[in-house]
Amino acid sequence: MGMTMTQKILAAHAGLDKVEAGQLIEADLDLVLGNDITSPVAIKEMDKMKVDGVFDKDKIALVPDHFVPNKDIKSAEHCKCVREFAKRNEITNYFEVGEMGIEHALLPEKGLTVAGDVIIGADSHTCTYGALGAFSTGVGSTDMAAGMATGKAWFKVPGAIKFNLVGKPNKWVSGKDIILHIIGMIGVDGALYKSMEFVGEGIRNLSMDDRFTIANMAIEAGGKNGIFPVDDIAEAYMKEHSTRSYKIYEADEDAVYDEEYTIDLSTLESTVAFPHLPENTKTLSEIKEDIEIDQVVIGSCTNGRLDDLRIAAEVLQGKHVKKGLRCIVIPATQAIYMSAMEEGLLKTFIEAGAVVSTPTCGPCLGGYMGILAEGERCVSTTNRNFVGRMGHVNSEIYLASPAVAAASAVTGKISGPEEIM
Amino acid sequence: MKKANGTVFKFGDNVDTDVIIPARYLNSSDPAELAQHCMEDIDKDFIKNVKKGDIIVADKNFGCGSSREHAPIAIKAAGVSCVIAETFARIFYRNAINIGLPIIECPEASKGIEAGDEVEVDFDSGVITNVTKGTTFQGQAFPEFMQKIIAAEGLVNYINQK
Repeated sequence: MGMTMTQKILAAHAGLDKVEAGQLIEADLDLVLGNDITSPVAIKEMDKMKVDGVFDKDKIALVPDHFVPNKDIKSAEHCKCVREFAKRNEITNYFEVGEMGIEHALLPEKGLTVAGDVIIGADSHTCTYGALGAFSTGVGSTDMAAGMATGKAWFKVPGAIKFNLVGKPNKWVSGKDIILHIIGMIGVDGALYKSMEFVGEGIRNLSMDDRFTIANMAIEAGGKNGIFPVDDIAEAYMKEHSTRSYKIYEADEDAVYDEEYTIDLSTLESTVAFPHLPENTKTLSEIKEDIEIDQVVIGSCTNGRLDDLRIAAEVLQGKHVKKGLRCIVIPATQAIYMSAMEEGLLKTFIEAGAVVSTPTCGPCLGGYMGILAEGERCVSTTNRNFVGRMGHVNSEIYLASPAVAAASAVTGKISGPEEIM
Repeated sequence: MKKANGTVFKFGDNVDTDVIIPARYLNSSDPAELAQHCMEDIDKDFIKNVKKGDIIVADKNFGCGSSREHAPIAIKAAGVSCVIAETFARIFYRNAINIGLPIIECPEASKGIEAGDEVEVDFDSGVITNVTKGTTFQGQAFPEFMQKIIAAEGLVNYINQK
């Protein structure tokens, strides 16, 4: 019986020739990540451990991104706690405001995550780095503390679901539509405790930014990780961004999968997840009624990358946000912000009546920078539409691609780009 | 290991960490402060009514969503002695074990227990007793490795003991 791609990476990091689903292992970590919400709790836990500091100051990344620039005094105290810990432990990869970005866009861009790595992060969207062929998964603060102290973490080796992607998506269909389609198909616990392994010739038609978006939302199906094979597109990305050597693992031909799906990307349409679960998906053509909205958010670790901003700008070019609607654009990192400026995307957004924010998770989790009032509706390129996620308990979030979000900002109701272009 | 005994608060499928502890309160990491807002967006009276030792029973995928350890911390600090569910989201499952909040998977118990029932849980045997209805259920026992973490009352103590 062969191993899946995920199982091969875990076996290598546990010093074992072979692992199988259900086995408990202890694996060496290549990177441990935390943000301004989860790190303070981890630091407090680490203080209780009988250790002399961190296992490797180069293998820890601390990224204040959720509530920065500090939204209030308590957030400022949390950030101060992380900053002082980073200084005390001489953490190489601490990213202050001005150099920070949303963690899951920032770390690949900085070359800190490469194929073959085992990465844990105290943030559920840590699964993003599977796009580069790494095993990466979200954990809590205590696991982060143990990881920072020992360089190891325990895992139950996951089984896997195989998604065979074939064909080429149509013009406005992006990674977001693909992953929303999959979550709609298998449900928010469809991949519980499992790996989501994406394979197939259709992957060639997906940019790295599309793949990051897909791997990012594996957690929204309950997945332990999402992972892509490493092709020349992924290798080119890593060579451009990282000086680290990477290792390519491939699933065995006789690897065992719990389930297998084939998805023809050419048949997919723009897809929207209705409140209050990411599995409540409808294609645009299935939405018969007009759903009027109050706000649009384009950003987050899911869809705040350069490709996303380019698509949104293409839709908004020469148009204007509907009067009375707020459109908030949040480039995910400083580098993306800079590129968007140089390419003229920010000018397009501002001329269209949108606002452009410094990188932050902000409204995605209802922190700040775009909180919803009672009864308000938002079309958002973020990843969760749970009750109260972006503000008032009686507000609503519709998850969509950057193209749909931008078009909806113009019409004031859920719309596809074809309606306005 | 100890037993839990208390009155049941019942929840449905996919209780996410955003309703367990909304992010607007995550500018604090103080357990007592977090507990004050536990379950606020799904049951605003929960914190008024919950007593020390009470038990949460839910359907599938309890604790889905964000990795915030503040969620099991808030539940534990609210006085809850055990969470029983049909299934748990995996990060919540890890976090609960790591901070020493007893949790147990048992689909039959999740179906056979109603809000307000008096329930007893024996953590050694995994047996769940619905005292009100006079029924018992066999919950899934933890692997030995996790039992050691639970016995040490969390991952930090477990690592310190190693």
